[in-house]
Amino acid sequence: MAIKKFAVGCYDDEAVLFPAVEKVRNSGYKLHDVYTPFPVHGLDKALGHKETDLHVAGFIYGITGTATALGFMSWIFTSDWPLNFGGKPHFALPAFIPITFETTVLFAAVGMVLTFCYLNQIMPGVKKHVFHKRQSDDLFVVVLELNEHVSEQEAIDFLKSTGTVETSVQIAESEWWYGRFDKEEEYEKLNATV
Amino acid sequence: MHLKYESFVREPLVDGDKNYHQITEDIVRPIEQKPGRMWYVGFFFSVVLLAFGVFSVFWEVYFGIGVWGINRTVGWGWDITNFVWWVGIGHAGTLISAILLLFRQGWRTGVNRAAEAMTIFAVMCAGQFPIFHMGRVWNAFYVLPYPNTRGALWPNFNSALMWDVFAISTYFTVSLLFWYSGLIPDFATVRDRAKTKLRKRLYGLASFGWTGTAKNWQRHEALSLVLAGLSTPLVLSVHTIVSFDFATSVIPGWHTTIFPPYFVAGAIFSGFAMVQTLLIVCRKIMGLEDYITVGHIEAMNKVIVLTGSIVGVAYLTELFMAWYSGVVYEQDAFKWRIMGPYWWSYWAMMTCNVVSPQLFWFKKLRRNIPFTFFMSIIVNIGMWFERFVIIVTSLYRDYLPGSWTYYSPTWPEIGFYLGTFGLFFTCFFLFAKYFPVIAIAEIKFVLKTSGENYKKKMQPIHEKSTEEFVHEQAHH
Repeated sequence: MAIKKFAVGCYDDEAVLFPAVEKVRNSGYKLHDVYTPFPVHGLDKALGHKETDLHVAGFIYGITGTATALGFMSWIFTSDWPLNFGGKPHFALPAFIPITFETTVLFAAVGMVLTFCYLNQIMPGVKKHVFHKRQSDDLFVVVLELNEHVSEQEAIDFLKSTGTVETSVQIAESEWWYGRFDKEEEYEKLNATV
Repeated sequence: MHLKYESFVREPLVDGDKNYHQITEDIVRPIEQKPGRMWYVGFFFSVVLLAFGVFSVFWEVYFGIGVWGINRTVGWGWDITNFVWWVGIGHAGTLISAILLLFRQGWRTGVNRAAEAMTIFAVMCAGQFPIFHMGRVWNAFYVLPYPNTRGALWPNFNSALMWDVFAISTYFTVSLLFWYSGLIPDFATVRDRAKTKLRKRLYGLASFGWTGTAKNWQRHEALSLVLAGLSTPLVLSVHTIVSFDFATSVIPGWHTTIFPPYFVAGAIFSGFAMVQTLLIVCRKIMGLEDYITVGHIEAMNKVIVLTGSIVGVAYLTELFMAWYSGVVYEQDAFKWRIMGPYWWSYWAMMTCNVVSPQLFWFKKLRRNIPFTFFMSIIVNIGMWFERFVIIVTSLYRDYLPGSWTYYSPTWPEIGFYLGTFGLFFTCFFLFAKYFPVIAIAEIKFVLKTSGENYKKKMQPIHEKSTEEFVHEQAHH
């Protein structure tokens, strides 16, 4: 949770974005993040992001579901309350399979979605700074973090040289907070003076 | 950046001269505008139907299940017929969003959002029937396996009906999560362009504060892929388990191993028909013809003719097996289906499901929108009759001729069914007004490969010889 100063560059084409991202990474500027309106394939690699481990989490949740369902049904029908259904075995594995499968899928899906929300830090009521209103429409937004050692003008000039259609300097909260999107935050008034 | 070239043999998925911004405009516009008169009229009728349904259900709960036409011989009537019918309809959405995602079918992007919404609403409707069929509905929670004061007596996990509880509730939950995870970025799009405070606030809540960083999208893609991988066997399992309700019993006409694949094919068949019914109206009223193109409709008609033929083969296999088994009860069950007092339902099923979809072998008819709309209704009528035939005509003439009977529904049963239509369309009208009906981010993703205007730009590449093309692209 910190209020920082950012240089924002907007691009209107993925074909311009990719070389720009490469230049930013080589330039020595601190890259805050890149915002896109839809998944741009290869951007994560261009930014040097590792592949996500979300699948692994899904697998673990799934296995947990399998174990829960099988263990639970076996325990109930063999030890907690064994019932005689037409003389059939108490431990009727084939009959347990449908419920075991459904529980596996349920655990994996619910667990993964919750993990997804946690990793991305998203939740109803969470607010994050939107650097450009069209970052979810048609603009690809590259945000550089500025500090006292970096000149604003230089950073903006650098962004312009990479083919931006729009640039700005903004003071903003770098993390999320509990807030409403219809309310202007205190720091946004500072942006008028930037 | 890879080359965005796709063969010209493939039809464009997005017609017209579009760019990213235009897509947002086209899809978000209905949310930002006041709905038209058609919407109000439709919504009003749906709410009236829903209210009548609620009244019918109240009548049944208050006076008991005896107000329905079901009796000791025909214990499952319209209620379970409607349950299976609605669940079947609820199969197309996840098929489109999951299985077609794994098969890399680009055309799913135009229709998946609405189809998934339809799935969720259809499953909600389906769930009502077994619950109220229980009669003492206030004890419905007995199906939940939790440590209880009834001596910790558990439900019977070996019962197909219990499997159904798990299958339907898991299917509902997973479909909802899959649908909503796709909606989050699109809600953010609506939020960021919202002009009114209320809209900003509500869509801000609904979008979970999504901003769309590169890492967010990477996880989003991973989540969609794994959820698709999970939903694919799930969607097949759900109707398989519904068919187990019948197949694990010893009723002639039900006790067959063909049921699971036969039910799944039928579910996809009726689900796609319902998607057609809804989207043909939706694209017209909301002006989305560029996104749900005739090509999309044709693709779905191909699925309909395929699954319709599978269902047809299943009907004939059933008849063959009844004869070949040599079991008189089995043979009689089918004799009474075809020639008994319910002959009309069998032949309605045969005509609607087996004969009429074969017309879709003609390309002209597959691409004819009014004809497709008409056929989608016919298919859904046919699939309703299929469930009615399976359930009622297997029961009404049982082992004891003394208990043979004829079943017809009473008004609370019909009202209950109409009420689920009310629920379904009330939800769908609200969805069409307040939700992005087409997955905005996904359409943007395929635009530069499959958009009509972008494909045209590839003309020079298309005309090149293979050697020339390979030579030029070699350094990539």
